[in-house]
Amino acid sequence: MPIWLLVPAVLGGAVLVLPLAALLLRLDWAGVPAAMSSPAALQALSLSLITATVATLCCVLLGVPLAVVIARSTPAVAAVLRTLTTLPLVLPPLVGGIALLALLGRNGVLGDSLAVLGLRVPFTTAAVVIAQTFVALPFLVITVEGSLRSIGTRYESVAAGLGAGPFTVFRRITVPLVGPGLLAGTVLCFARALGEFGATALFAGNAPGVTRTMPLAIYTAFNGAGVSEDTAIALSLMLILVAVAVLLVMRAWREDATR
Amino acid sequence: MTRASRGRAASAAASAAASAALVLALTGCAAAERDPAASVQNEPAGTAELEGQLTVFAAASLTGAFDELATRFEQLHPRLEVAPITYDGSSVLATQLIEGAQADVFASADERNLATVAAEGLIAGEAGVFAANVLEIAVQPGNPLGIESLDDLVETTASGAAPIVVTCAPEVPCGTASAALLDRGGVELAPASEEQNVGAVLSKVRAGEADAGLVYVTDVQAAGAEVEGVEIEGADAATNVYPIAALTGSANPEAAAAFVEFVRSPEGAEVLASFGFGAP
Repeated sequence: MPIWLLVPAVLGGAVLVLPLAALLLRLDWAGVPAAMSSPAALQALSLSLITATVATLCCVLLGVPLAVVIARSTPAVAAVLRTLTTLPLVLPPLVGGIALLALLGRNGVLGDSLAVLGLRVPFTTAAVVIAQTFVALPFLVITVEGSLRSIGTRYESVAAGLGAGPFTVFRRITVPLVGPGLLAGTVLCFARALGEFGATALFAGNAPGVTRTMPLAIYTAFNGAGVSEDTAIALSLMLILVAVAVLLVMRAWREDATR
Repeated sequence: MTRASRGRAASAAASAAASAALVLALTGCAAAERDPAASVQNEPAGTAELEGQLTVFAAASLTGAFDELATRFEQLHPRLEVAPITYDGSSVLATQLIEGAQADVFASADERNLATVAAEGLIAGEAGVFAANVLEIAVQPGNPLGIESLDDLVETTASGAAPIVVTCAPEVPCGTASAALLDRGGVELAPASEEQNVGAVLSKVRAGEADAGLVYVTDVQAAGAEVEGVEIEGADAATNVYPIAALTGSANPEAAAAFVEFVRSPEGAEVLASFGFGAP
C-alpha cells in the first residue's frame, strides 16, 4: 500500500465520523432524559416502535414466501423477480410515497374500491405501516433469498425422498436452516422501517400521534412546529443506538455464516 | 396483488386501531395532567353538548394561536377532544386533504389554497376569513448585519458576501406574499433555501443558519428574543388573509361548525390579536 493513500483514507474516515461525533457533542446529555420523556418524544417513539414492529411482521409474513419462490425458481424467472423485488430498495423513498398514493390514494387506482369498502388508507397509521413495509420488504427478501440459495436444496431433497410432505420440509428443514439469515433480514428490515421518512411523509403525512414517527418528529423539530430541537437530537441519538445494535447483530450473523 | 395489498391494508388497519388505542391512552394521560380548568360554569347558555373528536389542519403560522384556541374550545365543551393540530404549509395541507387525509376543519393562510380544496368539493358550507397577517424580515438578535429593508437582503455586507436569506416556497402563502413584496420593491433575491412552511424559515434564522428570513409579524412575536423583526415598507400591500372552513368529510360536523364559529367569534379574535394577528 502506497503511504500517500493514508491522506484520502483519513479524510474519508473523517467525513463519516465527524458529523456524528459533532451530533454527540451537541447533545445536552443532562437534558436527554427529560427530552426523551417529553410527550412529543414519547408519542413519536411509541408510534415508531409499534408501526415498525407491525411492518416487520408484515415483511416476514410476505417476504419469506417470496424469498422461497425466488430462490427455487429457474434462473431466468429468479432474475426478473429479484430485479422487481430490489427496485424499491434502489428507488428514492419519495418515489415510493408517490407510487403508494397513485395506488391507494383517494384519486388512486384502488381509491374508488377502497372508498366502497369504507377504507381510507392515506394519512392514517395504516399508511405509515404500508410505507414502511414497502421500503423494508426488499431487505428481508434479499437476505433470506441469499441464505436459501447458499444452503441449497440437498437437505430438502433428502427429506422429501424419505417421505416428508412439502409443508413438513418447509417447516422442519428450510426454516431452521435459514434461521440466521432470517434473523439478520428481520433486524435490517426493522431498522429500515424505523428510519423510514420519505415515503411516510408523502403517503402518511405528519400528524402528531397518528403518523408523526421519529424521523418525521426530527424533521418537524427543525421546521419549528411543535417539537423541540432537544427532543429531535435525543430522538436522533436513539436512532443511532438502534443502528449500532443492528450492526452488532449483523456482525454476529456474518461470523456465524462464515464459520 | 390487489388482494395482497388489501390484506396488508386490513392488517395495517388492525394495527392502526391498536396504535390508535395506545395513542388515545397516551393523550388521555396527557389530558389528565392538563389544567382541569374546564368548568361547566363558563359554558354559554344554549350551547349544544358537543362530544367526540375534532381534527384540525392549520397553516404553520397559526401554531401558537390555534393551540390556545383549541384549549379554550375544549374548556367550553368538556366532552369534546381536539386532536393535536396538524400544522404545515397551507399548500402541503391542501394536497394532503385532496389526497384523502381526514380532517374536520381547515384553516389556510390564504384564499388560494382554500379554493383549491373547495374546487375538489371538500368544503362544507361557507369559508369565512378570521385573521390577517403581514410579512417582516426576521434577523439575528441585535441585527448584526444592519438589515433595514428588502434592498439590504441583496447588498454585500462588510464581510464581502450577501446575507444568507431563506424564504417560503412560492406555493405556500408566505412565499406568495414574499414574492409579491420583492417584485414590488424590484429586489432580485436568490434565497439560499425555499421552505415548505413559515416555521422552517424561522427556525433557520433562529438556529443562526440564515442571516435573514421573510416571515410573518406573528412569527417574530412568537420567537421572542431569539430573533428580531425588521418592518418592511409597504408590507400591507401583500397582506395575507386567513380563511377557515369545515370540511365535507368531517365525522363530527356539528363540532367542526362550532369550532369555525368560535375562531371567528369575539373571543377568537381576542386570542388571535394576542398573538399579533390583525383583523381581516
